[in-house]
Amino acid sequence: MDLGPTSEEDAFRREVREFVAARLPDDIRRKVLGFLRVEREDYVRWQRILAEHGWGAPGWPVAHGGCGWNAVRRNIFEEECFVAGAPRQMPFGLSMIAPVLMKFGTPAQQQRFLPRILTMDDWWCQGYSEPGAGSDLASLKTRAVRRGDHYVVSGQKTWTSFAQWANWMFALVRTGTDGKPQQGISLLLIRMDSPGITVRPIKTLDGGFDINEVFLEDVRVPLDGLIGEQDAGWTIAKYLLGHERTAIAGLGMCKRLLRRLKEVARSQTKRGRPLIDDPRFRDKLSKIEIDVHAHEWALARLVSLEQAGQGLGAEPSMLKIRGSEIQAELGELLMECAGPYAVPHVEDALSPDHAGATAGGAELNPLTGLYLDLRKVAIYGGTNEIQRGLIGKAIVGA
Amino acid sequence: MDPTLQRGDRPVWARLRFDQMAPSGACAKGPIRPVLAPSRSRPIITIWSNRNATYFQLTTLEMDFTLDDEQRMLADTVGRFVAAEYEFEARRKRLAKNGGFSQELWDTLAGMGLFGLNVPVEHGGIGGGPVETLMVMEQLGRGLVLEPYIDTGVVAPRLIARFGSAAQRSRWLPCIADGSQRFALAALEPQARYDLNDIRTGAERRDGGFVLDGAKCVVPHGDSAHWLIVPARSAEGVTLFIVDAAAAGVHAQGFPTIDHRRVAELRLDQVRVADDQVIGAVGAGYPLLEWAVDQALAALAAEAVGAMDRLTELTCEHLRTRMQFGKPIGSFQSLQHRAADMRIAVEQARALALMAAAGADADDRAQRRRGAIAAKAMAGRSGRFVGQQATQLHGGMGMTDEMACGHYFKRLTAIDMTLGNTEHQVEAYGEFL
Repeated sequence: MDLGPTSEEDAFRREVREFVAARLPDDIRRKVLGFLRVEREDYVRWQRILAEHGWGAPGWPVAHGGCGWNAVRRNIFEEECFVAGAPRQMPFGLSMIAPVLMKFGTPAQQQRFLPRILTMDDWWCQGYSEPGAGSDLASLKTRAVRRGDHYVVSGQKTWTSFAQWANWMFALVRTGTDGKPQQGISLLLIRMDSPGITVRPIKTLDGGFDINEVFLEDVRVPLDGLIGEQDAGWTIAKYLLGHERTAIAGLGMCKRLLRRLKEVARSQTKRGRPLIDDPRFRDKLSKIEIDVHAHEWALARLVSLEQAGQGLGAEPSMLKIRGSEIQAELGELLMECAGPYAVPHVEDALSPDHAGATAGGAELNPLTGLYLDLRKVAIYGGTNEIQRGLIGKAIVGA
Repeated sequence: MDPTLQRGDRPVWARLRFDQMAPSGACAKGPIRPVLAPSRSRPIITIWSNRNATYFQLTTLEMDFTLDDEQRMLADTVGRFVAAEYEFEARRKRLAKNGGFSQELWDTLAGMGLFGLNVPVEHGGIGGGPVETLMVMEQLGRGLVLEPYIDTGVVAPRLIARFGSAAQRSRWLPCIADGSQRFALAALEPQARYDLNDIRTGAERRDGGFVLDGAKCVVPHGDSAHWLIVPARSAEGVTLFIVDAAAAGVHAQGFPTIDHRRVAELRLDQVRVADDQVIGAVGAGYPLLEWAVDQALAALAAEAVGAMDRLTELTCEHLRTRMQFGKPIGSFQSLQHRAADMRIAVEQARALALMAAAGADADDRAQRRRGAIAAKAMAGRSGRFVGQQATQLHGGMGMTDEMACGHYFKRLTAIDMTLGNTEHQVEAYGEFL
């Protein structure tokens, strides 16, 4: 056991930090760090800057144009980007459908889609969840019937993140009804501009519109949109979900929130002194920073064990639970910094070109919305209850 | 506590006659609320002593948690109004249309006499007190009623009835009772966080009156109130003023809130007030401000109880009806335990809301403050817990604007952050340790 980063890791971290400092556009950084609305164009612009530098796809093998970095490097990279205020790299194309295409796709599918994912010429969304089938994915009902040279797809997807910006969706559909619910599921790639697709935005608690319902009415999907074999989609779907092993820990986000929390706690006052010097608040800050350290070291240890083939299989679940809890608590503390100004909320001021006033200033205005929004981390990607079930099964086994 | 009850008289057991109270347990059955038994008998705590085998009935330990007929009628009436007018979808449509409250529903509340709740009978009110306030607030909380009630229906009438001059009582109480005038309490200043005593707004004597200068922050519905209750600091100390919101030099900038209400940032620029707009004595306003805020804290705590109670019911309904893996998700024990913890949290908040109501009229400052602060602290803590659990148990649906869950969560969050969050109250409570 050799604790402490290797000199290569240190050098790599410095390289990433310097690159992000030099190349991340200032307007994007301001939006991200100020918790303002980040637009489609901002994500695309940053992805193209990364791709141009050869860092567009940290997790992909070099053969497909990726960096071929191991988990340790990928974590360093993600953390440095997050802390510096880069928008997150959208996972739907890069780390969800791309690995599936590499493993199960035809060469034609790979050549068609992978380069466009790297430069974000396509925006992908994930058609997994359905009303009535949340964590119980296999109970999905959207049907695809094969007719000649295409499938006809009908049904409804929901919680579809960024469907309003997407031009492609990878969707789980039911192609067979025999046997267990897990059988008879296929994975289809669907153009979002196909006739019969309607996207309805769902307003969330913080007033945002990142998630959507997607209605599919007799949507025609050419046969070359099928990934792998018909009715064999469940294995592929699980492969896809299992691929995001460590990003779900959200360490970069934890660090970004912690840094912001300290900034806001310095700028706000209590009895004329900076809030960060108030013993009561200071204790909370110390505690949460200790939690972030624990999360960081747990992530490092579990990633390293997994890389060495010694994992339990439940590591991602542990990391997800802690990551979501820490993010939720950081959001809560950020809201507390605002004091009475946690109550007023000007939705329009989340857009960076808003010129009007906010009650407590632009720094405080987004914080309660952020608190509400961060509750979702414990819900998406398999609720924390599901994750606890997985850990329990792995360690108790009964 | 009966002072004659000595330590040596240690009761060996006490029995609450729960048979006269509503059945507790499943949240499906609604809030646990003591109801009047047909005999009108009170629940009795009976205590036996071992020592000489004598039976004591310590009447001074009796507490009456039942409602009398009038109180019950009041609660039923408000409950029916809320159920009819605040059905969730109807409320949501109104929200989308207006944002903030509706004058029409305000008038309905006024027609029901609700703004006269805390106005003495001789001034056209109902002459209710903290217990009636608690009951009404709980119902308003259950329905997420948007019409600003606390400042006009509780704080202003209680403050003026108790500390106002005869002239002030005659002038303002009737127009509070009939709902024609709205009040807003401007308790906080931008630099003050939650510290009531941090008052920089100045009051200077001039021409037989005062001139006010300063700023107040996050004033509930301060942009639609007719009268503002404003503490300001003069040479004599802190004085409490009733300021005409339409007076020259009063600038209110309204903002929407996270829970779809309104607050205002106030600027007072050379605002002239007459001597008869001072509540109580000049320079003796701080205890009155504290008293007013305590009334608001107790009311907020009761509102939070109503909101939490309803949110817990909604969550249990969701657990019973939402199917996953072929069964209702409520059949999973881990989720049942969360629901149970929610129910416990509601009960803790309700207990202290009762304590606050019991102390709201107390002459003893410590008794009143302890109750109000403890209730608000527990309302904040429990409200945050219940809101968070409800959201988690609703899953993705709980994150959307379309489900009632999120609206309750937001109101509970806003209540916690109003007039001192949990952290602030816990700190303030330290005075009474």
